[in-house]
Formats: sequence, structure tokens, C-alpha cells
Amino acid sequence: MSRTIYDLIGLFAGVCFILALKGLSHPKTARRGNKIGALGATIATLVVFFYANEGSSLPLNNLGWILGAIAVGALVGVPAARKVQMTQMPQLVALFNGVGGGAAALVAIVEYLHLGDTATTAEVVFTVFTVIVGCVSFSGSIITFMKLQELMTTRPVVFPGGRFVIAGTLVAVLGVAVWVVTALGTTPLLVLAGLSLLFGVLFVLPVGGADVPIVISLLNAFTGLTVAASGYVLDSVLLIIAGTLVGASGTILTRLMAEAMGRSLFGTLFGAFTAKPQDTSGVAEDRPVRSGSPDDVAILLNYARRVVIVPGFGLAVAQAQHTVRELADLMISKGIDIAYGIHPVAGRMPGHMNVLLAEANVPYDQLLEMDEVNPTFGQTDVAIVIGANDVVNPAAQNTPGCPIYGMPILEVSNAANVIFLKRSMRPGFAGIENELLYDPKTMLLFGDAKASLTKVVGALKAL
Amino acid sequence: MSAVAIISIFTLAVFVGFEVVSKVSSTLHTPLMSGANAIHGVILVGAIIVADHSTTNLELGLAVGAIVLATINMVGGFVVTDRMLEMFKGKK
Repeated sequence: MSRTIYDLIGLFAGVCFILALKGLSHPKTARRGNKIGALGATIATLVVFFYANEGSSLPLNNLGWILGAIAVGALVGVPAARKVQMTQMPQLVALFNGVGGGAAALVAIVEYLHLGDTATTAEVVFTVFTVIVGCVSFSGSIITFMKLQELMTTRPVVFPGGRFVIAGTLVAVLGVAVWVVTALGTTPLLVLAGLSLLFGVLFVLPVGGADVPIVISLLNAFTGLTVAASGYVLDSVLLIIAGTLVGASGTILTRLMAEAMGRSLFGTLFGAFTAKPQDTSGVAEDRPVRSGSPDDVAILLNYARRVVIVPGFGLAVAQAQHTVRELADLMISKGIDIAYGIHPVAGRMPGHMNVLLAEANVPYDQLLEMDEVNPTFGQTDVAIVIGANDVVNPAAQNTPGCPIYGMPILEVSNAANVIFLKRSMRPGFAGIENELLYDPKTMLLFGDAKASLTKVVGALKAL
Repeated sequence: MSAVAIISIFTLAVFVGFEVVSKVSSTLHTPLMSGANAIHGVILVGAIIVADHSTTNLELGLAVGAIVLATINMVGGFVVTDRMLEMFKGKK
């Protein structure tokens, strides 16, 4: 196959990726968009086997190794993607992004070893960029995975002098980068990789709570840029197009997410450098709360005219989306006005709740976004908060200095009654006490969301 | 390829990338991120190219590792995005 045909097919795959991103931006075309993207990726991969780079011969060298490695990757990736529960999808995306960054870094290292002294300065600079950013993306994504999987604390990890350690590591990374460019050699490059991995860990550790999805999106854009840089070193138009597309769209998406959460992107990015150890003494846990029985909840609902359901991560954990719909249908049959109040970042990812409720066939027009639902809480008799906490925490509005301060929230405290379905008094993902739990108009129903909802449905039917 | 050609491709791709996702509802943020994530799995192409011209065991070993990771990223990424979007169908 000639170089011209090879590049033209690469261009075709690039167009597929543009159409994929375009399709994914609209609900109706999203699934088709994803398929077009998969088609482009498949074509791009297949065509490499028929074009020998730099005059080497076909079939490719090490063909057995290449095919075997692809088989292993597919055998790991496909079952992981198929079997993962809805609740765990965010961390799987983080993990996939991380291995992509790792792959880009490895490709750059191999190409560097291969080129040796023949590498041009530009090639070395792009290699250094790919190794640094790819390694940061890899180790940073692993940390976000561990945070979301709750293998480690979900709170910001800040240690005394931490920001000086982080800044020092960054300076060391840049210093070694200059060393690699000037001295050329395997050892400096491996030192660079090691330091970059360390920096990725330190960069993500101080990020907590609601900022984690923003960081995943940012690392996703980073990985895109490393792919573009690899494209330059490997002389591949396709990699440049695909990597740049992901880098650019990922940056915009990161900004959109940060806006939806009322976070400053700058603050999230440089949180690592400005974070200070916080006062974690918190509020005493032994204040009285009003807890109720499923019957109490059912009675309250039975005499309501308007009820707003606010789902959160607890709903996803309990897989209670079908039960909540059953409850909503029952209330509708009793003539009660129902809406779901969807916070843009309820759960662990933007859009998490929409996906979950769509699975239970909840009608789309019942799902209200934050701006639509907030003005209606004043006319709402009961707000049922199911396994959500930070997204309804008034501290975001009235406690300057707390980690979620400034994040827009669902103003459930304006409703006449608030019911919290919670597993325990444990604070939410961001680790902040919620004053609303102690409000006299709040009733708590403890237990697994699905079990609690089932009991409420039973009690409401009996009324 | 000339430096100017590469800079041109890069610049145009940046603008296209900005443009295609500039108006997307928060509902689709997660699937869009996941789909973009799968697209950068195309680094698999780069991993195959370096595996092809690996001459030492060290190079080949690292290249094989890169292929495994890139395949997980690409294949897993598209499958998990499809699963997310599957949830949206069937509603009128």
C-alpha cells in the first residue's frame, strides 16, 4: 500500500472521530456517534497491518507478539466494560484513560530507544512531553480510580508542606526534562518517567469530592495531547488529528463540567499548590436528629400535592432506580405532582443520574435540571433526598471556606418537608457535615435505599 | 511532513474539537468523556508501529505492554460508552 493511500485512510478515520464527537453531543445521535468512532478506530488499526513503515517489509515484524498483545488487551477490556455495574462506570473510565496515557508514554519511550542518537531535537522534545504527560495521566488516573472505588479516602489528602513537595517535584520534572533534551540517554528518560509518575500522584491527592470528575476529564484531555505528540514523532497524520481532537474537546468539556458545578477550573487545577490542611474537627455528631419509620414517610407523601425526588449516589449503590420509579408511579396514580430534581453532578459523574433513571424508563419530562427545579421548591410539600448529600448541602451557600463552597446546590431546604433516605449519619463524598440533617423539618429514614423505598411503597399502598 | 503542514493540521483540529462539543447538555457529559477517551485509544496504531520496528527485547517488551494497554483503552472504551448510551434508548 502506498503512503498516499495509507494517509488518506488515516484521514477517513479522522473524519469518523469528528463525526463521533459531534454525534455524542446530542442525545438522539449519541449511540450512532459512538459506533462511528469505533468504526474509525477499527479501520485505523487494520490498515497498519497492510502498510509497512519506513520501508520495512510486510508482514509486520513481531506479528505474533502484536496480535497476541491485542488479544490480551481485548480479553481484559471487553469483559471489564461489559460486567461493570452502573455505579462503577466512572472509575472504569478513569482507569481506561490511565492505561491510554501509560500506552502513549511507553510508545514514546520505545521510539526514543529506537531512534537513539538519530533523533532530532524536535523529536526529543515531543518525546519528553509525551513521557511526562502520559505518566502523569497514568498515575493520576489510578489515584482517581482508587478514590472513586473507595480504596482510599475520598477526602482531599493534604499534608503539611505538601504544596512545597509538589512544586519541588514539578521543578525536578522540568529539570530532568532539560537534562534529557541536552544529554540524551536512557537513564535520564527513566528518571523522568519515575518523577512524572510521582507528580501525577501528588497532583491528584489533594483533589477531593466533587472535583474528581473534573480531574478525570482533564487527564483525558492530557492523554489526547500525548497521542498528538506521538503522532508527530511517528509521522502519523491520524494520531495528530485524533489526539488533538480529544485534547481540544476534552479541554472544553472540562470547562463545561467545572461551570456546571460552579467550580473555578483554575482552582481545581492548582488546588495542589494552594491546598492547606483543613480544620477537620467538624461538628459534634451527637446532636438530635428526627428519624422516622416508612409509615411516617408514606403518610407525609400521601397528603402532599407536589413531591420532588432528589437522587444521589446512594440510589446508584442500592440499584434502587426501579423501586423509586414504582414509588413515583404510585404517587402519580394518587394525583400527586412528581418531579425528579437532577443535580448536574449528583452521583460520581455528570449525567450519572440521568443514565441510571433512564435505565428504569423514568419518563424524560419528569427529570428537571437544577435551574428548572430550584424555583419550584417553595411550592413543594415534600423533597425526598435519596442517598444524596453534598448536592443539597446548604454549607455550599453559607459556609465560606468549606470545600464545596460556591457549588450550586438543589435548594431542598425551601420545601415544606425534607426526607433523607440515608445509610448512616456518615457525611457525603466531600466529607462535610450537612446542617440540613438537623433541621426540624427534616425526617431521616435510615437503611439501604432500595429496602427503605420498598417499605415506603408497601406502606403507601396500604393507606 | 513539513512543520507548517503539521502546525496547520494541529490548529484546525483544535478548532474542530472546540466546536463539536461547545453545546452539550450535562446529561451527555459522561458518555462524551468516555467516547473521547476511547478515541485516544487509537494510540494502539502507534504502539503497533513501534512494535514492528523494535530491534531489542527491551523495546519489544515495552511495545507489547503498550499494545495491551492501548487495546484495553480503545476496545473497553467503546464498549463501556455503548453500554452507557444503551440506557437512553427505549424512551420516547
